[in-house]
Amino acid sequence: MNSPLLELKGLCSTVFSEDTDQQIPILKGVDLAINKGEIHVLMGVNGSGKSSLAHVLMGHPNHQITEGEARFDGTPIQDMEPDERARAGMFLAFQYPHAIGGLPVGTFLKAAVEARRSEEVPFRVFKRELDAALEKLGISKEFLGRSLNEGFSGGEKKRNEILQMHLLKPTLAMLDETDSGLDVDALKKVFHDVREFANQDNALLVITHYDRVLDYIQPTHVHIMSDGRIVKSGGADLSKRIDEEGFEAVLGVEASV
Amino acid sequence: MSSEKTEVDFDVAEINKDYERLYGFHTNTDYLKNSTRGVSPDIIRQISKIKNEPEWMLEFRLSSLEIFNSMPDPTWMDGSVFDEINYEDLYYYASAGDKKYNDWNDVPEDIKDTFERLGVPEAERKFLAGVSAQFESEVVYHHLQEELEKKGVIFLDFDTGVQKHGDLIRKYIAKLVPQGDNKFAALNSACWSGGSFVYIPPGVKVEIPLQAYFRINAESIGQFERTIIIADKGSSVHYIEGCTAPTYSKTAFHTGVIELFAEEDAYLRYTTIQNWSTNVLNLVTQRAIAKKNATVEWMDGNLGAKTTMKYPAVYLAEPGARGRVVSIGYANKGQRQDAGAKMIHAAPHTTSSITAKSISHNGGRSSYRGLIKVNKGASHVKTDVECDALLLDDFSESDTYPTIDVRERKDVSVMHEATVGKVSDETIYYLKSRGIKEEDALLMVVNGFIQEFTRELPMEYAVELNRLIALEMEGSIG
Ligand SMILES: Nc1ncnc2c1ncn2[C@@H]1O[C@H](COP(=O)(O)OP(=O)(O)OP(=O)(O)O)[C@@H](O)[C@H]1O
Ligand SMILES: [Mg+2]
Repeated sequence: MNSPLLELKGLCSTVFSEDTDQQIPILKGVDLAINKGEIHVLMGVNGSGKSSLAHVLMGHPNHQITEGEARFDGTPIQDMEPDERARAGMFLAFQYPHAIGGLPVGTFLKAAVEARRSEEVPFRVFKRELDAALEKLGISKEFLGRSLNEGFSGGEKKRNEILQMHLLKPTLAMLDETDSGLDVDALKKVFHDVREFANQDNALLVITHYDRVLDYIQPTHVHIMSDGRIVKSGGADLSKRIDEEGFEAVLGVEASV
Repeated sequence: MSSEKTEVDFDVAEINKDYERLYGFHTNTDYLKNSTRGVSPDIIRQISKIKNEPEWMLEFRLSSLEIFNSMPDPTWMDGSVFDEINYEDLYYYASAGDKKYNDWNDVPEDIKDTFERLGVPEAERKFLAGVSAQFESEVVYHHLQEELEKKGVIFLDFDTGVQKHGDLIRKYIAKLVPQGDNKFAALNSACWSGGSFVYIPPGVKVEIPLQAYFRINAESIGQFERTIIIADKGSSVHYIEGCTAPTYSKTAFHTGVIELFAEEDAYLRYTTIQNWSTNVLNLVTQRAIAKKNATVEWMDGNLGAKTTMKYPAVYLAEPGARGRVVSIGYANKGQRQDAGAKMIHAAPHTTSSITAKSISHNGGRSSYRGLIKVNKGASHVKTDVECDALLLDDFSESDTYPTIDVRERKDVSVMHEATVGKVSDETIYYLKSRGIKEEDALLMVVNGFIQEFTRELPMEYAVELNRLIALEMEGSIG
């Protein structure tokens, strides 16, 4: 078998806290392998390090790898800029997407698509793709004229993230609590769509607290994170147990930090 | 029309020749060292005579010169700015106006380079460099001119305006910017050359923007441009001055006076984007009056120049008048953009809004200097000021000097909001996580920041401004 799409070995990280001006240890030895064609779900109590892991992988400027290894498509990513990682095929749907005043969504999307493909995309070609994606996700065209994430409702932000995933076609899409903020109908639509997006040439890492999401996306793997480590891995049944019994019961007392 | 134009051209050529012969005018600097310096009444008399100006204009110039000579430098800014002005050299400026390059080959390399990168078409480039009047768009312009003439619109350079519509100009000149308003206005009044004279008859709506560079015998924005625009009752016009390509000036001093008159129910917008070369000290007095239910809008973009001092004003003279200023400034290394706006509410039921955006970069300094004045009796007034500063690094500066002077209490609403911000790492990270390179990400944020200005521009100007900002920012990231 080829090397995994994403491979983490004993990954440790710190985050720079602007309040205290200190490096705080977050990831404490994460091992994980994700292959193409797989759908992984990452669960865990608040503050266990799920978002941090996603940001470490995407290259957040405040998060630093201190030990261990992270490879994407066989290449170590530690020294790659976030934009290089994105062009290589990584994508993160943010838990809290940033707002940029005066930057129209449409302009942003075209720039992102052209960056990802490293070529100019003719307007007509772009528009065709965009229209299709908008229709699929039930997003109105007026949306394109609005400033990026500015004044967006929680659900609009999340849908916008998924829209980007569709247009950028990453090989590894990490979705950080994309379900939160979506109403029931939107949740169904978006995750049905995420499921459709998944194929044999890409992989998903979905961070969520809700078992319901798993019903839509039918994961191949489920991981539980606790205090900066993946402490338990299994199949879809693992999340069923957590949903019914809670983290504490499944993992034992040490998880209740 | 074309024969008339040739005549004018001939006159201009004659003037130059004559002038050279009479006064030993040469571009070489030895001459400057050896000749009489400063602006003397004699020189003013000569200029006026050569231009064949009416007596009243000569008197206007002479009295302005007297005022200029007796006035101190403005005191609201630190004097060091003015120390650099060498009034001695004004002999040269006053006589020649803006010296254009006669050959594209003579234009300095960096300027040429910028033109190339802006993608300005060859013809336009030639024109902008002052190479020839045979601008291709002249044909287009002539059609426009005919249309406008049928409607009674006057759109001329100021000199021709004085020749053909002296009475009209005499009635309006210096009504808003008196000769003694400030030292530089006085100097402009004495030495003016270039600029536009525009008159829109009652009820006439000019659909497409009037662009200064389609004007007959257009001079590039002169050293001492003088412009008057009159929008008569119920008329509407959008005038665009300057262009976004860098205006190279061999002379280091530009001082203009712009006066706008919006009569009852008129709509008048003046857009200018100035991009002087970085040796220029740019001091412009821009003032407007809005009568009953009239609207005046200043769209003011300032790039380049060493120092810019510009505070477009609207005098809201009658009920229902509206004033609006939207401005952006980009202060790069070694530059100072001191810009702002003034709104004088002299009548009840008047409204105004000011949006000033500044970007400071590589140690540049941007200031907002504004005045909101509400006179006694001007009730039911609404005024809104928003000034936002964006600092692109830790060693650039921005400051604000707002003055709010309200003398009326009845239903007066004054809003003032000022923000200073930096581009957050998180924002750049978000864009980068989409594959966008850091410098492009920063540019997107900056363009977003000035979008309130950009969206007011005709498409081609908006595109060019964005490209220009990109050039300013180029190479600024590691
Ligand atoms: N910039 C920061 N400064 C200080 N502490 C931080 C910073 N970023 C993350 N942390 C800390 O790191 C830990 C992990 O946070 P993280 O956001 O990764 O958790 P999470 O598992 O995603 O939680 P949630 O389920 O609430 O989203 C938390 O204790 C958090 O407070
Ligand atoms: Mg999280």
